[in-house]
Amino acid sequence: MELTTFWFAVIAFLWTGYFVLEGFDFGVGMLAPVLSRNEAERKQVLGTIGPVWDGNEVWLITAVGAMFAAFPAWYAGLLSTFYLPIALVLVGLIVRGIGLEWRGKVHSSTGRARADLGILIGSFLPAFLWGAIFADLLHGSATAALAGGIFSLSLCVLHGAVFVALKTSGPVRSRARRTAMITSAVALPAAVVALSGIPGASASVSDWAAAPWLWACALAAMAALSAGIALTWRGRDGWAFAATASSIAGTGAALFGALSPAPLPGLTIAEAASGPYTLNVLTWIGLVALPFVLGYQAWSYWVFRKRLVAEVS
Amino acid sequence: MDALDLARWQFGVTTVYHFLFVPLTIGLGVFVAGLQTAWHRTGKEHYLRLTKFFGKLFLINFGMGVVTGIVQEFQFGMNWSEYSIFVGDVFGAPLALEALLAFFLESTFLGLWIFGWDKLPKRVHLATIWAAVIGSNLSAYFILAANAWMKHPVGYEVVDGRARMTDLWAVLTNSTALAQVPHVVGGAFVVAGGFVLAVCGYRILRERRNDPADPGLTTPAREGSASMWRTPMRAALVMVAIAGVVVVGSGDTSARLLYEQQPMKLAAAEGLRHDTAGAPFSPVPGVEVPRLLSFLSTHDPNAVVQGTENLQATFEKQFGPGDYRPNLPVVYWSFRVMIVFGLSTVALAALGLWLTRRRRRTPRPPREIPAWFARACVLALPLPTIAIIAGWLLSEVGRQPWTVQGELLTAASVSPGVSLTEVAISLAIFTALYGVLALAEAVLLVRHVRTGPEPVSPDPLTRPSHDDEDRAARLQPTLMY
Ligand code: HDD
Ligand code: HEM
Ligand code: HEM
Repeated sequence: MELTTFWFAVIAFLWTGYFVLEGFDFGVGMLAPVLSRNEAERKQVLGTIGPVWDGNEVWLITAVGAMFAAFPAWYAGLLSTFYLPIALVLVGLIVRGIGLEWRGKVHSSTGRARADLGILIGSFLPAFLWGAIFADLLHGSATAALAGGIFSLSLCVLHGAVFVALKTSGPVRSRARRTAMITSAVALPAAVVALSGIPGASASVSDWAAAPWLWACALAAMAALSAGIALTWRGRDGWAFAATASSIAGTGAALFGALSPAPLPGLTIAEAASGPYTLNVLTWIGLVALPFVLGYQAWSYWVFRKRLVAEVS
Repeated sequence: MDALDLARWQFGVTTVYHFLFVPLTIGLGVFVAGLQTAWHRTGKEHYLRLTKFFGKLFLINFGMGVVTGIVQEFQFGMNWSEYSIFVGDVFGAPLALEALLAFFLESTFLGLWIFGWDKLPKRVHLATIWAAVIGSNLSAYFILAANAWMKHPVGYEVVDGRARMTDLWAVLTNSTALAQVPHVVGGAFVVAGGFVLAVCGYRILRERRNDPADPGLTTPAREGSASMWRTPMRAALVMVAIAGVVVVGSGDTSARLLYEQQPMKLAAAEGLRHDTAGAPFSPVPGVEVPRLLSFLSTHDPNAVVQGTENLQATFEKQFGPGDYRPNLPVVYWSFRVMIVFGLSTVALAALGLWLTRRRRRTPRPPREIPAWFARACVLALPLPTIAIIAGWLLSEVGRQPWTVQGELLTAASVSPGVSLTEVAISLAIFTALYGVLALAEAVLLVRHVRTGPEPVSPDPLTRPSHDDEDRAARLQPTLMY
């Protein structure tokens, strides 16, 4: 494989990993007010992501850092073209992160209410905007951006609800399952609209038949989403979560597949790439370091694997 | 005002702001890890209380460092797209390494530390905070290596108008980076040590007053823990003193590197207009120490130091017409503020070490910390913070008009497609948001310092082991510890 193609795949992997992991963080952040009836339950809901959200966010930082190093022109073009939406994503990430970090450290219920508001807004903005930005990039139209935003927003909510169902017990868990079912009424149609648009929008293919594997990814994403909903209905939380995660992964694969080989209009991967020397050293360092990173992140999920219950105080 | 000016303002505002929190993360993290290690070793309860107390202050600050850092990483692409395209090949690499090698370590292990008190064996839990602080310090190294490359580009060649890396090792061992890393990280430890001193000074004063009506006092005062602050204060004094030596040593190296690599910055820092042999240094305008500048920059009191006007003429010949001088008053004053404010903190620490020295032979209790010294310690918070920010102003403003010294002008670095309105909107949003958050953080920190350390009961170790499924599941889903 060409080194440039390989690095494009690495970046697609990092972005997709980011969407899978932060997807449920965003969902949990938006659902916290819906799923909890009191402070103990609120802590229970937010506690599901407490230890891991920061590590999940580093997937974004690594994805963007890798773009900067491997495809500077793509990095620069994407961020300066979508200047204001990206600025809003950053605002979201700021208020969400601060809300999560400070919620347990403020002294009053007003302070907690502000933190909750930050978490809510800060989860909503990136969940909607990432979908809108990438859909706009693919299709170049405001309608597509809106559809993409609604799709990513609803998928995050669903994914988050399924995650809460997996990580909690008691009333919160049943509320989460119910919420997941309700959300699927939006997420499923949005998925059909957004995902079926992806293969056709790819610059690499003129007719859809020429992109069988893009279709395969898009259809797999839809199938996984449906499976996730069915499994939630059956109360199989673990499998349901695996299914919604796969659905996001399939979406990521289709999206980045469609962005190849021209991740920005008029700019090919080859033109955007750094020199072979840089790509080579980064490859070696990445190959050595990534297993460790994945290993200790997996370990941290394992340490916090238990379901949380509301702590009665 | 055009988009370029606003983009510069935005970069300056957001970066300075990020750097208000960074030094505390770097230095205080190590301090907290040290306290926890002391608890681990001695089993003394007050170390655990101090670990949790400073740990909480550390975490309040850490959150701000994280969220403002994300803005930094995106900003190169958003506002400085031409710069990013020119340097990405070289500059992006340390940034990507920083994320992969340092940020993952930092964030994952900090999550484990915060929520793992009751879930991990004691020893493993101690290891998590060390892993996190190693991550912070490693991140400083990578970002500073990237920044050093802008001042002294090495290990690259320019092909088709873009810098291409030819040697990563040269980039990571850039002479400028090797001076800058200890200088800035040392400075961070001065700031963090100063922060601890200020907190200890404040607590000592407050607990001496010993007012029974004071709600923030009840626990510690009752337990007669005024002496509780002695240990962290001594530790912080040692930290500031050692870091101070590192800062001065590496600052001296930096000055000599400037002489070779960035003579314009050196001339601007002294306000030296014409080439001068045996150039003097003036700590404040009007007072001159003969030959000191020559000595500082070459270790030879008679050496010729180039002046801004002569350099300007040389640069015009080399790079074509233009003004190659940075903003002289800013560079001149930030240099002085850095040195004076920084050194006074170090001097305060040296004084403190003397005042609190152990009584050697007599088995009497340790010396009281005088009230005036406790009061002076409160200054150890603002002084080094101002110094370290002034250092960055010197470094970054002094590099102007270049973003990459001798290769790329700031004016040629900005994103061509981003409009004045767009930058104005983002600058307004970030400034307003940052202002509100700064206030909130200050209030939060002050409240926690006032409340003081909470009693640690029951000791986490005597809590049920994590085999007890139901109990363990209930442990600390709260976003604190
Ligand atoms: C000398 C040290 C230093 C300097 C000059 C900078 N930073 Fe920083 N940065 C840190 C030291 C640091 C840190 C101590 O490692 C932080 C503070 C809080 C934290 O989590 O890590 C951090 C956080 C931090 C984060 C969030 C990491 C996370 O989520 O864990 C990002 C993306 C950046 N920084 C990026 C930057 C960029 C692009 C900079 C250049 C303008 C920059 N920083 C200057
Ligand atoms: C964290 C400490 C830092 C501070 C306080 C700081 C401060 C500043 C300031 C005040 C400016 C504006 C100068 C002017 O316009 O005259 C600036 C510019 C700039 N700095 Fe830094 N800087 C820091 C670190 C860095 C680092 C680590 C990098 C790169 C990795 C960097 C890259 C830049 C760039 C690209 C500009 C371009 C904008 C300009 O030159 O106006 N800075 N910085
Ligand atoms: C005698 C004491 C000091 C000397 C001689 C000194 C010297 C210098 C010099 C020459 C630079 C410019 C280096 C460059 O741009 O490449 C610099 C930068 C800097 N200084 Fe200092 N400094 C001293 C003390 C301090 C103290 C006490 C602090 C903070 C606590 C500090 C913080 C900084 C920072 C953050 C920078 C910018 C980073 C850099 O460019 O390396 N300095 N210092």
